Amino acid sequence: MASVISISNLNKTFRAADGSVVNALEGINLDIQQGEFVSLIGPSGCGKSTLLRIMADLIQPTSGNVAVNGKAASQARKDRDYGFVFQNATLYDWRTVIKNVELPLEIMNYPKDQRNSRAREMLKLVELGDFADRYPYQLSGGMQQRVSIARALSFQPKIMLMDEPFGALDEMTRERMNNELLHIWSSLEGMTVIFVTHSIAEAVYLSSRVVVMSPRPGRIAQTVDVDLPRPRGPETRDMDAYFRYTSMVRHALRGTSPGEVESAPSRSEAIE
Amino acid sequence: MTDSAASRESTIAVVARAERPPSETSSFRTLLITLGLLFAMVLIWEGLKAFSQANNYEITVAGVNIDLTIFNNSQLPHLSDIAASLFEPAQRNGPPLWQMLMGSVGVTLLSALQGFLLGGIIGFALAVLFAHFGALSRGLLPFVVASQTVPILAIAPMIVIWFGRVGASNLAVAVIAAYLTFFPVTIYTLRGLVSVPTTALELMQTYAASKLQILWKLRLPNAVPQIFTALKIASTASVVGAIIGELPSGAQDGLGIAILNFARYYNQSPPRLWATIFIAGLVGILFFTVIAIIERLVVRWKPESAET
Ligand SMILES: Nc1ncnc2c1ncn2[C@@H]1O[C@H](COP(=O)(O)OP(=O)(O)O)[C@@H](O)[C@H]1O
Ligand SMILES: [Mg+2]
Repeated sequence: MASVISISNLNKTFRAADGSVVNALEGINLDIQQGEFVSLIGPSGCGKSTLLRIMADLIQPTSGNVAVNGKAASQARKDRDYGFVFQNATLYDWRTVIKNVELPLEIMNYPKDQRNSRAREMLKLVELGDFADRYPYQLSGGMQQRVSIARALSFQPKIMLMDEPFGALDEMTRERMNNELLHIWSSLEGMTVIFVTHSIAEAVYLSSRVVVMSPRPGRIAQTVDVDLPRPRGPETRDMDAYFRYTSMVRHALRGTSPGEVESAPSRSEAIE
Repeated sequence: MTDSAASRESTIAVVARAERPPSETSSFRTLLITLGLLFAMVLIWEGLKAFSQANNYEITVAGVNIDLTIFNNSQLPHLSDIAASLFEPAQRNGPPLWQMLMGSVGVTLLSALQGFLLGGIIGFALAVLFAHFGALSRGLLPFVVASQTVPILAIAPMIVIWFGRVGASNLAVAVIAAYLTFFPVTIYTLRGLVSVPTTALELMQTYAASKLQILWKLRLPNAVPQIFTALKIASTASVVGAIIGELPSGAQDGLGIAILNFARYYNQSPPRLWATIFIAGLVGILFFTVIAIIERLVVRWKPESAET
């Protein structure tokens, strides 16, 4: 499998207006293979968003190497290799739902009839086919975020970068969205997802690998391979292995080592 | 997620967000408030007059004499007299005043519209330039602001002279109106163009959108509400500008000219000046209302209650 994201020796420091320096990321090494579903988890301020934005070439690292699809992140952005989903849906108020989904296709000069049919298809995928002509203010938060996912999928990028997309949703809606996302991911063969969250349950439920980060400076504390069977569903959350994985991630977040680690079906390793 | 879940969520969203009180209710309320305020104004106007007359235009409060003659019939005519004057000829054997004023309204409105368009285009172009060239903005914006601190009454005669020299004196009034119009358009449009949410801009970057695409598909639509605010201010400013512009222009007709004339012969008939002033106010309100209606037709992506 080809390496989709390859990060080595990455550092990022922010210099605040008052001259103080924040070490947002330090010594990050991360390799993500095609088709993986990787979650980045860690306490607020540990640099998850910063790492994702660096992958997306929205900000530049202070030092280190970032390769996306084997090329510089900036080139991958110009080649429209990835779709990005923001924490808030970031829909354009003045566009109807379908016009929001068509936005990237307009920017990328798709022919008009293709734009429309593709957007309808994507809206159907996120089960919002009946809401094409609504304006964003007429939708609930969960529906808005689904529109933004449809928008990110519309031009069929092979990589999805998602920054806490369901962070603002209630637990029930979030679980439903998780299932929907897994369904989309498994139906689009070979898509790689990098998913930022601070929910342990969400990270374990979704991912093939959970990258646990620690703050000040932001580092990768541990990565946990999640070997739960797929397709996953409500019964997954009742499995013993599911509990073991969540407790592994919880301990990795706290920096303690649980007794269950040895009995876990998969090894966890510190990569620092 | 199941279909029933989707429709349940949609029902909730529709009930919670889409179905607001029908807009007729709110516009009916607005109408009532407007009528109420008008009625209150009439009461105050006529009440002050009646009170002053009853006191022989002088009252004493705490030993101080207060002169109330400004409320007598020659200083502040009865509203009924002002209304009646509209239906009397302004000149011997001439048409009734309202008919004469309609001609003046046409002349002034034309100049105001020209000034509105000219000022709108210049104001808009400046805003787009400023939004894209920070250095230019920092260098030129102070001059734009300074231009508005110079009294229009001081500049108007110069503009009339300049345009007279080049044989375009018929444009002088429009240019003076434009001078008052472009400024709010520049300031509000600029604000709308640059006050784009960071993530909305980053979204465009993830698509590798060009500057032109970002202007066209993000900055401009984002600025539309502010542009309409600017156009509403500009609409009344252009009418004011046209009236002021007419004063030194030596034009034959227009609301400004009518005001000038009726002020000169004020003692003969005070109500005529007042009637003309009211008509001028109505023209401004009319223009403003037209823009506000267009705004409602264009800006459909906001809930009714979020109107400014
Ligand atoms: N543009 C910025 N300027 C200065 N500091 C920043 C900036 N962006 C992020 N930071 C800092 O970097 C750290 C990591 O931030 P972030 O990546 O947003 O964390 P997370 O997404 O994990 O909550 C935080 O301490 C934050 O204050
Ligand atoms: Mg974040």
